[in-house]
Amino acid sequence: MTTFAQKQTPAVRTTPDGARRSPAQKPRRRPKERLAKVVIILLLLTGAAFAAFPILWMASSSFKPNTEIFAYPPQLITSTFSFDAYITILTDPTKVRFFINSYVVSLAVTGLTLLVAILASYAFSRYEFKGKRPINMIIVSIQAVPPITLLIPFFGLMVVLGLYNTYQGLILTYLVFTLPYAIIMMTGYFNTLPKELDEAARMDGAGPLTVLWRILVPISIPGIVSVGVYTFMIAWNEYLFALTLTRTEDMRTVPIGIQLLMGQNSYEWNEMMAMSILGCIPVLILFLFFQRYFIGGMTAGAVKS
Amino acid sequence: MASTNTVVRPVSTKRSTPRWAPTARKLTPYAFLSPTVIVMLVLMLIPVIMVIGYSFMDNVITNKFPVFVGLDNYVEVLSDPVFRTATGNTLFFTLVSVAAHLLLGLGFAMLLNSPLVGNVTKALFRVVYILPWLFTVAIIAVLWRLMLNPNGVINYILISLGLTDKGIEWLSSPDTALLAVTFINIWAGYSFYMVTLLAGLQGVPADLYEAARVDGASAFQRFWNVTLPQLKPIIISMSVLDIIWTSQQFALIWMTTGGGPVNVTEMLSTYTYKLAFSRYEFSVASASAVLILLLTMVLAFFYVRHQKARD
Repeated sequence: MTTFAQKQTPAVRTTPDGARRSPAQKPRRRPKERLAKVVIILLLLTGAAFAAFPILWMASSSFKPNTEIFAYPPQLITSTFSFDAYITILTDPTKVRFFINSYVVSLAVTGLTLLVAILASYAFSRYEFKGKRPINMIIVSIQAVPPITLLIPFFGLMVVLGLYNTYQGLILTYLVFTLPYAIIMMTGYFNTLPKELDEAARMDGAGPLTVLWRILVPISIPGIVSVGVYTFMIAWNEYLFALTLTRTEDMRTVPIGIQLLMGQNSYEWNEMMAMSILGCIPVLILFLFFQRYFIGGMTAGAVKS
Repeated sequence: MASTNTVVRPVSTKRSTPRWAPTARKLTPYAFLSPTVIVMLVLMLIPVIMVIGYSFMDNVITNKFPVFVGLDNYVEVLSDPVFRTATGNTLFFTLVSVAAHLLLGLGFAMLLNSPLVGNVTKALFRVVYILPWLFTVAIIAVLWRLMLNPNGVINYILISLGLTDKGIEWLSSPDTALLAVTFINIWAGYSFYMVTLLAGLQGVPADLYEAARVDGASAFQRFWNVTLPQLKPIIISMSVLDIIWTSQQFALIWMTTGGGPVNVTEMLSTYTYKLAFSRYEFSVASASAVLILLLTMVLAFFYVRHQKARD
């Protein structure tokens, strides 16, 4: 009742003249607005179908037996619903190894990137020094270097250094792609923190490392989480170098593992879909827990804070 | 006595900051930057020099004693018709993808920014719209191979709607393969624009719209004269970044069509990869890789200049 009454009051107020301001204007537009709302909801639903249907289909296919993948007519949920594809993947040591490899590499890359980037960003944010602008510009433009250009020399380099087909080789490679982005974003974050904070600590005789570690890092956790989540995702999803710089099955990561399933005798579509679902779970979990940070990471490149 | 006093004085008065302190302070930022610089020197500068060196040599890596051949490899790449096809395909793939990303991203962002829809509904739809962006390219590739299979669900929908009478081989027919991979890439990448533009839209000052409304501007005029100019810097930097990234796309093409059928989806990246790792012509591949690098550097130059102009 109360809501109804509240909705009605502005409509009554419109009748006296002179009340042309926005609250009074709304009710007059009501039928038009309602139509607009219906159109917007319809468009939103169409968009949602476009975005989500393929993903629903992937999930649905992972629960089907392989013989029913192309059943006619297609069904989202079949009577033969089962977890068989997942069980096959999770009980196969070769495939489990893909996941272990992906976790090891991605976590190591995330840790190293954060460490190196925090140090560099501290210098960029808190110091004036010769060469600051050129170094900064080189870091920005390094983001654009095509992976394919680096692939051939990396292949040669990793063979020479004995890092071909090792975790270390992949981890070092990924650093090149995660560091520039991480430094730019971390510097941006540090710049938002007032300099008085560390100057006060300086007065008390704290060294630069202490200031960084005890003052800046603890209050930068949101920024660090954004960078970390984004870095993890880049490493988890990388394909080209994982394909080229590893050779044996026990060194392959999840994206390559999915492709390997495609090559084996006939296509095990249900297993491929199950592995895809398992492969995107870490990123999905990160996204659901850190949505705000995640979006911060996505927008950092183009929107100026 | 007096002389010793004068010698001692500077030290005693400035005890808290030793004489080397200014130098140390000057070196501190370099110390913090050194891990980054070392990584970038070893893993960026040296490889780039290496690949440029390779491109002037006769078969490196496979040949133990390569000889200098000048521009031969460049001539070979540039006169290869497949290289030209790959350039054209990359251009089509990139421009269509970027334009569609921008349109879809802007459209969805405006829908999600509409004041007519409740906040919970918006948050829900936003999550759904971001979903495609969370999947790695390898997953996106197998997923769309399943969907676009001649017996797959997309063809089923098209047949049910009467748009075609038999299943189309989207990814293996020369007529449709390039369109199909471009479509997949559009699906995979618009979210990035949407999220960024949404943040940009929320940053447009409300009084600008209010002022336009007072002036009697229609919804379209408000969009054209207020929204677009406000978003322009974001749109430009995002589009340049997207052009750079999309033109380098490898995994999606490699896992859906592999560049085929008959080169219709061959991109500069897959072309270079095949030269190196299928034909083992590392020198020719290096020349192609250097050409790609040059193209990208031109784009990066515009990006950096645009970013600097915004600072």
